[in-house]
Amino acid sequence: MKLTLWSYEGPPHVGAMRVAASLKDIHYVLHAPQGDTYADLLFTMIERRASRPPVSYSTFQARDLGSDTATLFKDTVARAVETFQPKALLVGASCTAELIQDDPGGLAQALNLSIPIVPLELPAYQKKEDWGASETLYQLVRQLAGRVTPEAAAEARAALPGPSCNILGPMSLGFRHRDDLEEVRSLVEALGVRVNAVAPLGADPEAITHLGEAHFNIVLYPELARPAAEWLKRRFGQPMVETVPLGVSATREFIAEVAACAGVDPAPALALERRLRMPWYSLSVDSNYLTDKRVFIFGDGTHALAAARIAQEEMGFEVVGLGSYSRVMARPLRAAAEALGLEALITDDYLEVEAAIEAAAPELILGTQMERHIAKRLGIGCAVISAPVHVQDFPARYAPQMGYEGANVIFDSWIHPLTMGLEEHLLGMFSEDFEFSNDAAPSHLGHASHLAAVPSPASRGPKIAVEEAPSPAVGAENSVSWAPQAEAELKKIPFFVRKKARRNTEQFALDHGLGEITVETLYDAKAHFAR
Amino acid sequence: MNSHGAAPLIVRERGQREVFCGLTGIVWLHRKIQDAFFLVVGSRTCAHLLQSAAGVMIFAEPRFATAIIDERDLAGLADVHESLNEVVDQLLARRPNLRTLFLVGSCPSEVIKLDLDRAAERLGQRHGPGLRVLNYSGSGIETTFTEGEDRALTALVPAMPNRSAAGEAPDFLIVGALADVVEDQFRRLFAGLGIERVAFFPGNRSDALPTIGPDTRIVLAQPFLSATLKALEDRGGRHLPAPFPLGAEGTTAWLRAIASEAGVDAARFEAVTAAGRARAQKAMSRSRETLAGRQVFFFPDSQLELPLARFLSEELGMTLTEVGTPYVHRAIIDPELDRLPADLRVVEGQDVDAQLARVRAVQPDLTVCGLGLANPLEAEGLRTKWAIELVFTPIQGYEQAGDLAELFARPLRRKARLEALA
Repeated sequence: MKLTLWSYEGPPHVGAMRVAASLKDIHYVLHAPQGDTYADLLFTMIERRASRPPVSYSTFQARDLGSDTATLFKDTVARAVETFQPKALLVGASCTAELIQDDPGGLAQALNLSIPIVPLELPAYQKKEDWGASETLYQLVRQLAGRVTPEAAAEARAALPGPSCNILGPMSLGFRHRDDLEEVRSLVEALGVRVNAVAPLGADPEAITHLGEAHFNIVLYPELARPAAEWLKRRFGQPMVETVPLGVSATREFIAEVAACAGVDPAPALALERRLRMPWYSLSVDSNYLTDKRVFIFGDGTHALAAARIAQEEMGFEVVGLGSYSRVMARPLRAAAEALGLEALITDDYLEVEAAIEAAAPELILGTQMERHIAKRLGIGCAVISAPVHVQDFPARYAPQMGYEGANVIFDSWIHPLTMGLEEHLLGMFSEDFEFSNDAAPSHLGHASHLAAVPSPASRGPKIAVEEAPSPAVGAENSVSWAPQAEAELKKIPFFVRKKARRNTEQFALDHGLGEITVETLYDAKAHFAR
Repeated sequence: MNSHGAAPLIVRERGQREVFCGLTGIVWLHRKIQDAFFLVVGSRTCAHLLQSAAGVMIFAEPRFATAIIDERDLAGLADVHESLNEVVDQLLARRPNLRTLFLVGSCPSEVIKLDLDRAAERLGQRHGPGLRVLNYSGSGIETTFTEGEDRALTALVPAMPNRSAAGEAPDFLIVGALADVVEDQFRRLFAGLGIERVAFFPGNRSDALPTIGPDTRIVLAQPFLSATLKALEDRGGRHLPAPFPLGAEGTTAWLRAIASEAGVDAARFEAVTAAGRARAQKAMSRSRETLAGRQVFFFPDSQLELPLARFLSEELGMTLTEVGTPYVHRAIIDPELDRLPADLRVVEGQDVDAQLARVRAVQPDLTVCGLGLANPLEAEGLRTKWAIELVFTPIQGYEQAGDLAELFARPLRRKARLEALA
C-alpha cells in the first residue's frame, strides 16, 4: 500500500480508453463497477471532445456481485455491438473487475461476434496509464496488422509509388499530440514521403490492419508506441525512426533520419526552417538574461529528456534537476542527468518531487500541471511541458511542441513565466521600492502578483519560498545567527534566490567557524560560491 | 397533494449508469470538516477519480489521500493491515493535529473483503484517544455519488454525545453539509424566529459534534441522507419531513415546517421571512424571464433532482419532461413529490443509452446532466447544465435563490447571445 496524494498517471484501463477514444469504428467494453464512468469526463471536459468516448461499462453494483456479473458483462458487450456497430472490439476489466476474475476476453469470444475482438489484460495493481496505452496499442496492432502476411504487405508496398511511413504514438489526452502530428506530417510530406497511417489518432481498424505496408515507422512518443513499432519491425522489417523532433537540433536530426530511411534528400524539409525564429531569438542580445537560469525539469520521459537538451543547448539555462515518472525511460534519463552532473529523479511520488524542487531552489520549473501547483506555492515560474494534461493544455490555437513551429512555441512558453532581463536588473537595484516589490511576480503576469500574499494551505504552515525559515541543515548545537544588518541585506536579494543565498551563507559561516553572520560574511560567501 | 390529486408515477430502470461513486463526496466533505482526514483504501482508479473530480489540485495539500492497494497487499490479508498501519503512521507524521480519520472503503477493498471496521478499531486504539478513527464505504458498488456523504455522516452518528438531561439536546438538528455562508444565513433566520437550540451537522469540527436525544427534531437540508436519518432516528431523534430549502418557496416551506413545530406564530414568521423571500423573488425575476415555458430534462446524479425539478416548475415556470434520479426515498422526498405535476415521468435508476435516446426524442430546451454527457449533447445541439455544479455551489436559502436560478438560465442566455457562432 502506498500513500498517494496526487498521481501522475491514472490506472492502465484509462490508457486503453485513450487508445480507444483515438480510433474510429472501435468500441471498448469495460467490465467495471458503477462510478468508473467518471473517466468519460477526462475526454469530454479536458479535451472538449464533442462525442462520448466509445466505451461501454458494465457498471455492476453490490447486488450483481451476488448474482451474475459475467452475464451482465456479456449483455453489455451484446448491446454495445448492436448500438454502436463497431468494426473491432476491445474488451477488458478495470481494477475491481480484475479481482472478480470474470474473464472478459473469454466472455466476449463466446458471443461469436463477426468482428475482431482484442482482449486486454491490464494488471491494475502493478501497472499504470501509459503502460496501459502502450499495451493496448501493441495488442491491437498485433491482432489486426497480424492478419496481413509479411509477403502480402511487401507486395502492397511495392505496388504504391514513393516511400511511405506510419506515424505511431499520437493519441487522445496526449500533451499537444494533436498539433505535433500536424507539424510532423508537414515535415515528412515536405520530403515527398507518404503517410500510410497514423495510429492510434484518427485510425480505423482498416488502417491498423494495413500498417505493415509502409516502408518505415516514426515513433513520436516511445512510452506509448515503442512496443507496437518493435513488433512491426520484427514482423514486417520496418525500420523505426526514433529521434523525437523536440527542439531545433533534434528536429534537424529527425529530418536527416527520416530522409535516410526514405532514401531521399533532406533539403526540402530543412528548407522549412524559414519559419523557424527560435535560434535567432535565443541568440539575440535580449536573451542574455536567460544564461544560467536555474531550471528544474520533471515530466514524462520523452518530454523531460528533450527539455533537458533544449534547456541546456538551445536556451542556455542551467539544469539543476531532471526527473520523470516514466520508469520505462529511466535509463536514458539517468544518462542525461549524469551528463549534466545530476542524479535523475525517477519517481511517481509527488511529495518527493516537491521536496527535490524545494532543495534545488530553481528559478524556473518545466513540469506537469502538478509541478505548476508546486511552483505556485513556492512562488517560482513554471511552464508546462508534459502530461498529465489539463484543459489549458488544449489551447484553441495551433501550438505544437515538435518540429520548427514547436521550437518557436517552446521558446515563447518557457520564457513567459520569467522576469525579463531589464526588469530583473531593476528589481535587483531598487528592491526596497514599496510599489516595485521584490516579492511581486513579473509585471506581465499581473494576475499572479504579490506572491507573498498567496494563502497557504490549511494546517501545513505557510512554507513558501519567500518566507525566511532557517534552513534545517543548521542544527541548534552549532547554530549561527544573523546580524540585523545582514538580515536586512539578505532581503534585498531577489526572492527567488534568497533562500539559496541564506543557505549558502549559513553553510559558509559554519565551515569557517563564524557564530554570527555580518554583511561582510554575506558577501564573502557570495564570492566563495561564485564560479 | 398536488392539484391533480396524485403523486407522479415512478418508473424504475436498470442498465449502464453514468454516475459518480460515493468517494466523490470527499471533495466537499474534506473542506467542510476541517479537523478530519479522508483516507481512501483503494486503487489508482480511486485516486484518479478524486483528482479528476476535484478539478485537479485546487488545494495544495488536500485533507484526503488514497492508500493505493498493490499486488503485494493482494497476496495475503495480514499484510494489508500491516501496510495500512504504515500508511496511517506516515500520514499522521505529516498531519499530527487531526481529530478524526475516516478510512473510506472502495470497490476493491469491498471485493477483497478488507475489514475496515476492524482496521478502524485497531487504529483507534493505537492512536487514540486524541484521534478518532471511523470508517465507511464510498465504493461504487454500494454508493452513488452523494450517498458517500450519507455514509460518512452515518459513521459519525455513534460519536454524537447522548443528551443526558432534558433541554440539553438541540430542539432542531439540521442535517447535511451546507456551505458556511448558507449555514450562517439560516442561523440568523432561526435567531429571528426565536428558535435558539439549533445545531448543524456536520459542522466545521468533528470533535464538537452536537448531542442527540428524544426531543431532537431532525431536519434534512439535503435529500440524499436516508441512512443518516435512520441512524439519527435510532438515537431517538424524530424526522420532520419538509420540502428542501431551494428557491423562495422551498426555503419558506422548509422554514415554516420548523417554525410550526417550534410554535412560532404566523405573524412573526411572516415578519422574519418576508424580506428574504422578497429578495429571493427579485433575484430570480431575470432568470424567470429566460426560463418560463422552457422544457427541462434531468439525468440522474445527486438525488437533488426532484427538489430542483420542483423549484424549476413551481418557481420559474419551467415545463418538466423527464426527471431521472438515482434513488427515490419516499419518506424524505414525498413533500416534494406532492408539489410536482401528476403526469411527470420520474425515472429511478438509469440506463444511459435508453435515456439518451429519450432526450434526443424530447429535444428539451435544457438538459441537466453529468460532465461526461454535457459536451456531447451540446455538440448535438442541446443546451446543458452540469449537474455537479449544483452540488459544489451554495444554492440553498433565500440569498442563493437568484444564483440557483441563474445556473439554469445562463446556458440559455449564452446560446442566445452567441447565435452568430452557431
